[in-house]
Amino acid sequence: MNTVTKTLAEKVWERHVVHRADGEPDLLYVDLHLVHEVTSPQAFESLRLHGRTVRRPELTVATMDHNVPTTDGPVTDEISARQMQALQANAEEFGVTLYPWGAAGQGIVHVIGPEMGYTQPGMTIVCGDSHTSTHGAFGALAFGIGTSEVEHVLATQTLPQHAAKTMAVTVDGELPDGVGAKDIILGIINRIGTGGGVGHVIEYRGSAIRALSMEGRMTICNMSIEGGARAGMVAPDDTTFAYVEGRAHAPTGADWEAALDEWRTLPSDPDAMFDAEVEVDAARLKPYVSWGTNPAQSVTIEEAVPGPDAFDEASKRDAAARALAYMDLTPGTPIRDIRPDTIFLGSCTNSRIEDLRLAAGIVRGRRVASGLRAMVVPGSVAVKVQAEREGLDRVFSEAGFDWRGAGCSMCLGMNPDILGPGERSASTSNRNFEGRQGKGGRTHLVSPAVAAATAVLGRFGTPDELPAVEVV
Amino acid sequence: MEPIAVIEGTAVPLDRSDVDTDQIIPAQHLKRIERSGFGPFLFDEWRKDPDFVLNDPRYEGASILIAGANFGSGSSREHAPWALEDYGFKAVIAPSFADIFRNNCFKIGLLPVEVRAESARALMDAVLDDPTTRIVVDLPNRAVRAPGLDETFDIDEFTHWRLTEGLDDIGLSLRNEEKISRFEATRPGWMPTA
Repeated sequence: MNTVTKTLAEKVWERHVVHRADGEPDLLYVDLHLVHEVTSPQAFESLRLHGRTVRRPELTVATMDHNVPTTDGPVTDEISARQMQALQANAEEFGVTLYPWGAAGQGIVHVIGPEMGYTQPGMTIVCGDSHTSTHGAFGALAFGIGTSEVEHVLATQTLPQHAAKTMAVTVDGELPDGVGAKDIILGIINRIGTGGGVGHVIEYRGSAIRALSMEGRMTICNMSIEGGARAGMVAPDDTTFAYVEGRAHAPTGADWEAALDEWRTLPSDPDAMFDAEVEVDAARLKPYVSWGTNPAQSVTIEEAVPGPDAFDEASKRDAAARALAYMDLTPGTPIRDIRPDTIFLGSCTNSRIEDLRLAAGIVRGRRVASGLRAMVVPGSVAVKVQAEREGLDRVFSEAGFDWRGAGCSMCLGMNPDILGPGERSASTSNRNFEGRQGKGGRTHLVSPAVAAATAVLGRFGTPDELPAVEVV
Repeated sequence: MEPIAVIEGTAVPLDRSDVDTDQIIPAQHLKRIERSGFGPFLFDEWRKDPDFVLNDPRYEGASILIAGANFGSGSSREHAPWALEDYGFKAVIAPSFADIFRNNCFKIGLLPVEVRAESARALMDAVLDDPTTRIVVDLPNRAVRAPGLDETFDIDEFTHWRLTEGLDDIGLSLRNEEKISRFEATRPGWMPTA
């Protein structure tokens, strides 16, 4: 690491070092520990076995998201119910604040943190969930951990961490119409590969990133892990401060001014050095659609499904051949000719109010193509309530979408929302792994705009292809 | 955690890159609230294919898994290393690992061994060619040995010490309790609390 000038990631890191010694990982303090029902039960159980307590319950926030049904109860899966009950009991026993299923404040852990103002610039944030990188959009150092580390943080409020490398991904220029944050990150992952970011904290920079809303920045940071990165970050600026100000857990009055003074020191020094640099021309990006079984296996919507021979490396050719067989796709098929059975608008990548507004604007006055199943799963109860206040639920319902409750839902199919064997989805989520959305299910990752247009067209497409809505 | 010394045994060749944790253990099997019992669901979907390598009786009883690059990508689920460990694996050898997966392995004492791509390929080919090939992973000496191959692998000093001594990570961090308290006293009062 450069000792004179520092990057955003290095600054946040340095400000959280509790203990440093030669030959040891740094011991970092954790400002916020988010907890959900799937990766925490064994951690709480181990605390009990060792007679340990939660060191800072007030820096720990729990919710239920992975298992919860998105329809009105009850929870029909007994094992899911047991996991939800375990979290409830653990939260009570250890004094942790919990936003349980259906309560105000409940939702996908990476949606509720920012919307309640728990997520702020310069913090260290961890969660037993790889998409914790989402919170990096605020200039926080946020990363996913395993259950042993969840236990470690519960017990000590710290985590030993080996130094990370830094990577600057600079996206300059103006995005073409119809191209959004999801396309930026799918394009970046396509370029660096699923392992391209391993060992690195990515800082997304450049005029196209600065021009994005907080929702868009969260979409980008969210998928950092899909490029293998340890975390993804965006330097805080006025857009960030405007988003945080006034939220339930944001500082107020003189505290707000003190916080701003601190946050304004966070951006990378102008001459800070990164271990790796990638540059992307925003003007040349197009909507992306994944065709394979990892998030780097994607093409732009203008293109066709590639064949294995499009790849130089033997392992990539093997992976492409296996993916094509699993996805039941023939090389050379134009992406626009592929017809999904299911549209999923949701997940910690794209389930915020801005995503729902954009998609609703596209389907307003139109109908979901016949035979298609289409569902909208808001990221949180608060997003759902806000959308209903704006009448978006009616727009979606009238178009033929199913309007659901908040949760992770079909992103990973732990609740009843799954793809059947052989079913094909256009999904605004983050992973197209084999069976991710249900055994034998086939996932195509897309932006909310492409998902909405595809729902109407019945095949992959973009909003500009839709016939004009007749005004009655 | 039990101290790790020398792991010796036969190996399963999983000749694929980017094996994600959704394949290692699919999400529908993450609902258990216990720490054990995940082994039967290891590679659950792939095992339904009779030709999948884990179904090949010639590889029964192996204690080492050899895989392609970027093994363990995707979800942070520690259930993935739990399932590998519960199934009987003690080490995974690959040219590269996803960060969270590797961390999780180190926490539970399943040894992720990162070797050069050519060496991983040579081991894969040797085991594909002869399933009885014995491999030695020597943690104290940071070495991997097999017929015709003898090379070292990198592991940081601290983790090496912790694994060879079988030390509890939380206990080690709590040695710094005073420093943690001192740090906490310096945190601004406006930082968010629940």
